[in-house]
Amino acid sequence: MLLALAVAVLVLVPVVVTFSSFAHVEGDILAHLTEFVLPELVANTLWLVVGVAVGVTVLGVSLAWLVAMCDFPGRRLFDWALLLPLALPAYVTAFVAIGLLDFTGPLQTWLREGWGITGLPEIRSRGGVVLVMSLALYPYVYLIAKNAFATQGAIALEAAQSLGLSRTRGFFRVALPMARPWIAAGLMLALMETLADFGTMAIFNYDTFTTAIYKAWYSLFSLPAAAQLASILILFVLVAVVFEQRSRMQMRYSAVGRNAATRRIRLSPGRAALAFLYAAIVLAVAFLIPIVQLALWTREIWATDLDARYWSFTWHSLLLSGLGALLVVAVSLLLAYAGRLRPANAMLWTQRLATLGYAFPGAVLAVGLYIPVAALDNWLIDSGRAWFGFEGTEVLKGTLLVMLAAYLVRFLAVGFGPIDSGLQRITRSVDEAARNLGLGPGGLLARVHLPMLRASLLTAATLTFVDIMKEMPITLMTRPFGWDTLAVRVFEMTSEGEWERAALPSLAIVVAGIIPIILLTWRGSRDAH
Amino acid sequence: MKASSLSRLFAALALSAAALPALAEEVTVYSARNEQLIKPLFDAYTKENGVQVKFITDKEGPLMARLKAEGKNTPADMLLTVDAGNLWQASAEGLLRPIKSKVLDANVPAHLRDPDGEWVGLSVRARTLVYNTNKVKPADLSTYEDLASPKWKGRLCLRTSKKVYNQSLVAMMITEYGEGKTEDIVTGWVKNLATSPFPDDTKAMEAVAAGQCDVTIVNTYYFGRLMDKNPSLPLAIFWPNQTLKNKAAGVHVNVSGAGVTKYAKNPAGAQKLIEWLSSDKAQNLFADVNMEYPANPRVKPDPKVAAWGSFKPNLINVKEAGSLQAQAVKLMDRAGYK
Repeated sequence: MLLALAVAVLVLVPVVVTFSSFAHVEGDILAHLTEFVLPELVANTLWLVVGVAVGVTVLGVSLAWLVAMCDFPGRRLFDWALLLPLALPAYVTAFVAIGLLDFTGPLQTWLREGWGITGLPEIRSRGGVVLVMSLALYPYVYLIAKNAFATQGAIALEAAQSLGLSRTRGFFRVALPMARPWIAAGLMLALMETLADFGTMAIFNYDTFTTAIYKAWYSLFSLPAAAQLASILILFVLVAVVFEQRSRMQMRYSAVGRNAATRRIRLSPGRAALAFLYAAIVLAVAFLIPIVQLALWTREIWATDLDARYWSFTWHSLLLSGLGALLVVAVSLLLAYAGRLRPANAMLWTQRLATLGYAFPGAVLAVGLYIPVAALDNWLIDSGRAWFGFEGTEVLKGTLLVMLAAYLVRFLAVGFGPIDSGLQRITRSVDEAARNLGLGPGGLLARVHLPMLRASLLTAATLTFVDIMKEMPITLMTRPFGWDTLAVRVFEMTSEGEWERAALPSLAIVVAGIIPIILLTWRGSRDAH
Repeated sequence: MKASSLSRLFAALALSAAALPALAEEVTVYSARNEQLIKPLFDAYTKENGVQVKFITDKEGPLMARLKAEGKNTPADMLLTVDAGNLWQASAEGLLRPIKSKVLDANVPAHLRDPDGEWVGLSVRARTLVYNTNKVKPADLSTYEDLASPKWKGRLCLRTSKKVYNQSLVAMMITEYGEGKTEDIVTGWVKNLATSPFPDDTKAMEAVAAGQCDVTIVNTYYFGRLMDKNPSLPLAIFWPNQTLKNKAAGVHVNVSGAGVTKYAKNPAGAQKLIEWLSSDKAQNLFADVNMEYPANPRVKPDPKVAAWGSFKPNLINVKEAGSLQAQAVKLMDRAGYK
């Protein structure tokens, strides 16, 4: 409980720093943004959020249902392959999509020059952004929903059918509502990431709240105005989170059996072919085509760019992601478990606040963290100088400790979502039975909950690992000298518009990110047997 | 995990490198110019002078926020950026210190330096017109301002106004024409756009080459890079504003430059490094690696760059790009330039 509070306080530090910007209001900048920029970007942001919410839910839930509950050719492959887009940063997908589909891309060029066809829908548009973001982010919903469907089992559905519901109605009236906390958890992650996204929006030149935040900071040179806009964004997210939580609290969930593997729905050959086609198209568009493009670009530059340093970039990326994921999962478990033991309002608020870091635009969060760290460092250095004659400029900053703490603040939501929704699915009667048998809170967690939460823990670890691999602003700002990672390499290339040369580190991120995804599936399938 | 990597990890966790006594002289650089453009130079400097150069890269905004937060205890001796606007901002925030250097005065023309000596330009980035050679005759082109005239309706492509290069171009126009007339020009550009603004210069040029539009405004090194990869594209450079007689005369130039931080631990070392970077022998290395123009007028640009022809640059001090940047951004917002 105390630990949970301590974590929440840590996360609150950048929130407080950000909100403290209101001490210094630059009226003219805010007035300008309100008059000429905000109306359009609020509309843009709303369209984006609604569009991506629909997109990731439809893609994620339908694919999860097919893979978890039905039998069709290639199902085992799709089971893990459909997660792969996670390893691909959204801005890479965006760059490839625009490269292929814009006026100058091969498709339109071929149609125009070969057949005189023009007037195709513009990819650099609202629809294009929504499409790319949905393709990049659906795995959050897919992964978490798949676990839900798999663990709730076919039994509930069969029960529904025996009560006279058709299979379709059984899905909508039984399976879907039962999976709701899981779907909502995945959806929240996807939407928070959408709101905080800068890279993809920059490539599409699509103005959202977050791009306005960066405009205030980088172009109008006003970090306070940027922080004030970020505060508004965070408030909106908080409201959404609380709303989602409220609507979920009225329900109690319990798992029914977990032997889905033996009772899959047999699809007719025609439907099985359709299922295969659907999954294959999503996989191709969201992952295979971008990867082939990256590989083609890499082929042009690897001879000059690939050197021995890549071992250290990769090692740094893997190490930071691994340690970060462990830390995030451990703290998420603690936080979720504290909430289960003490489901008080104060605890709920602590959890909500603690997971807000994911909705921050990355660089704003990085600064919000760096300012207090540097202040603490200044105090330590000055005391050290006075007391021990310390000579130096860094104590805490420039250490991995600060980096890991920053990742924790940023990605706690990613770990917390799957674990908390997994914990909610364990009925309270289990806890009571265990207590009656004399287990304390520690024993309950170690001997009852942890084994039941295995899939959720693995999900949380994978999501966090892959997210840290791709993370840029925090890594850039807090890394020690010489601690460059693959994501830093991507930054070095893209900062001067050399997208093709960024293909090599991007591809390395994907390859390194695939490792935990495969591990996850392998462990998951072993557990099922 | 190997034992050596483990121990390295713990060393990194427990200590920081800067807390250890430095063995050789060291200069620490915060750089917004990316690693592949600066590392060859720093390596050469170390080889020549035995001085270690430690650096970290990030965007300008975060680097300046970092310098500010670290205050007196910053490890950074020097700030390196890719545009004058951010150098001006760093100086306005009190992050830099003035340096007096006869070497820099001799090596870098006055309009590429801060009048107060807080920073200096080290390479020149020229922003010019690139047109489709099949569709436009050079005689039809004249100035940036002319691209607002109705004859270019539906024929112009632009990069986004969020990029600092466009912001400084518009800032320079404000110094000559004032806000009202500049806003008219920018509104004219927006009216003439063939398609929504692009995220980078390369995409804009590709659109010109594919015939989606006829002309665009880009930094020359992007042109060089694109033509290197695909020499057959029907694109060419036009140097605008060459015959104008007002302050807006000449091709708009920005600088990649550097300054010594206010709380530098080794200010003399940082100044020496900057002086070396402006010297005849380092200038080619600095500029040629990215096909930019040397700031030092005695140094000839890369032959490939020289082949694009010579031009008259705009001579307003590049610091105006910084002081007028916020005004330019607001103006572009009002004009609907995304």
